[in-house]
Amino acid sequence: MRKELIFRMENTYRDALNIYGYHFGIGEKSTCIVGALRGNEVQQMYICSQLVRALRDLEKHGNLVANNEILVIPSVNHSAMNIGKRFWPVDNTDINRMFPGYDQGETTQRIAAGLFEVVQQYNYGIQFASFYMRGNFVPHVRMMETGYENASLANLFGLPYVVLRKPRPVDTLTLNYNWQIWNTNAFSVYTNATDQIDEASARQAVAAVLRFLTRMGVIRYNSHAGFIATTIHEEELMNVRSNEAGIFRRKVEPGEEIHMGEIMADIIDPCEGEVLSSIAAPTDGIVFFAHSQPLVMENAVLFRIIRRLHE
Amino acid sequence: MIKTVVSVGLPVDERLQIRKSTIAPKDLTGGEKRICIVTGTHGDELEGQYVCYELIHRLNSQPEHLKGIVDVYPALNPLGIDSITRGIPAFDLDMNRIFPGSEDGQVQEQIANRIVKDLSGADLCIDIHASNIFLREIPQVRVSEMTAENLLPYAKRLNVDYVWIHAAATVLESTLAHTMNMAGVPTLVVEMGVGMRITLDYGNQLIDGIFCLMKDLGIWDGPVITPKEPIISSDGQVGFINANRPGIFIPKVEHWMHIKKGEVIGEILNPLEGKVEETLYAPFDGMVFTLREYPIVNSGSLIARVLGGEF
Repeated sequence: MRKELIFRMENTYRDALNIYGYHFGIGEKSTCIVGALRGNEVQQMYICSQLVRALRDLEKHGNLVANNEILVIPSVNHSAMNIGKRFWPVDNTDINRMFPGYDQGETTQRIAAGLFEVVQQYNYGIQFASFYMRGNFVPHVRMMETGYENASLANLFGLPYVVLRKPRPVDTLTLNYNWQIWNTNAFSVYTNATDQIDEASARQAVAAVLRFLTRMGVIRYNSHAGFIATTIHEEELMNVRSNEAGIFRRKVEPGEEIHMGEIMADIIDPCEGEVLSSIAAPTDGIVFFAHSQPLVMENAVLFRIIRRLHE
Repeated sequence: MIKTVVSVGLPVDERLQIRKSTIAPKDLTGGEKRICIVTGTHGDELEGQYVCYELIHRLNSQPEHLKGIVDVYPALNPLGIDSITRGIPAFDLDMNRIFPGSEDGQVQEQIANRIVKDLSGADLCIDIHASNIFLREIPQVRVSEMTAENLLPYAKRLNVDYVWIHAAATVLESTLAHTMNMAGVPTLVVEMGVGMRITLDYGNQLIDGIFCLMKDLGIWDGPVITPKEPIISSDGQVGFINANRPGIFIPKVEHWMHIKKGEVIGEILNPLEGKVEETLYAPFDGMVFTLREYPIVNSGSLIARVLGGEF
């Protein structure tokens, strides 16, 4: 393992931002793995830390395939993480909306540029990401449909689902989108936590990456074959909304099969405790996403369901 | 008349409401033209608040001259303004990056979609912004190259100092202005002043221009000023000056002041060591139309924009 400082930005009132990369093996730049681009992506950083540990062990025991180099960057925006913020401390901009970056531009454009210069050199790019809708997902691999995406490669992670998303204008500045445009096979891996560490899904994510690296011939590792993924297009997911505002009491979990008419959640009057509304499943299917906050606004998306799919 | 455009229940005893004030002649013929004045998309931009007040005040004081419909939307992001939050509180994406929104999306995307529907059919829309808390701007209209031909005749009548024709960018396709322009409602983006402040002179200048445009459209037949001739620029004549060192920025020039190539724009100081970290110079002869207002800077922070040429 070789630890390298890949970007540094000095500061007046606090320590410099140092972004470190951990290299394993030498040779062709095979796979780059990026963790927390945002300050609350603790789970994403944690998964990377566990990958660093696992890869160090594999390297020590001669289990990296010759002429392959892997780079892991566990944390990018720890300037925000260390003070409990999600985005850049000064101007609240999102580094993951600044790619490919600009080295003469604004602060987070410079950070994105410094990072992208390094990560774009790799054949495969894996990012542990979080979504703009806060809640819990079934673990999955997400790809942008840029025309360069390779969904069959995404299958090799062995996670239950591969999700294809049509990029919107706001997505064109993300790392995943720009990786693809600049010829890296890019995958975003979502587990079911962000601000909290979820050990089970972190282990699943580490296993998924090691499985992918094994199947791509980068490491030698014996792993369970995982799932043969079901591929879904994001626009096919059915939203289930709240028809009232109040306290949200969830009754089903991501990954569970539900049947039409089954009660998925109650919305409760925040002061009087009565059930204002019981949210019934509008279809049979699998819960793909579930709102996780204790409060909900009216019309909020509470669940997203993969329709007519069974366990 | 006050109308509610959007009303969504919040968890505890409150509704998020976006309201507009419609000022119209007493007896409508059905053939009246309609202008929409929108502002408050970013909760830290307040310059438009005074414009809304003063515009309605002037219209109400001379109702005999009103021949069309004026819709004034002071706060597209009311919770952001109330909480000094640039974006929509508890939502990751910039509100001006989610248009045209969607009835199928998250609540915030539904809200965006309803705003678009309410503005649809207007003869002209003016979207007033106030930079951000970091930068002070002269009163200006910004139009993309793609819309310039259609919008310049309107922009020239708005009594602003400057019209900036900038390059198109994919990410800007999700702004309110782009959405409305594509939907056939000519929409001008005004930028002026600085975040969290109200500059009365700028507000009054813009209101005079709005009356000129309303007269052109046949919405107003009262007295108007002769609008000033704005400087019109394209991207090629604009220089960006960014900090390369962190510290506190002290300007050495005035906003909207002519400068010569090599002249000092300002210094970045180190308050702990008592030294000058960086001196920033004008890249060419021109006018400083953007100047940093907020003193603390990171590497990359925008310090100034200079419009090249003799004025």
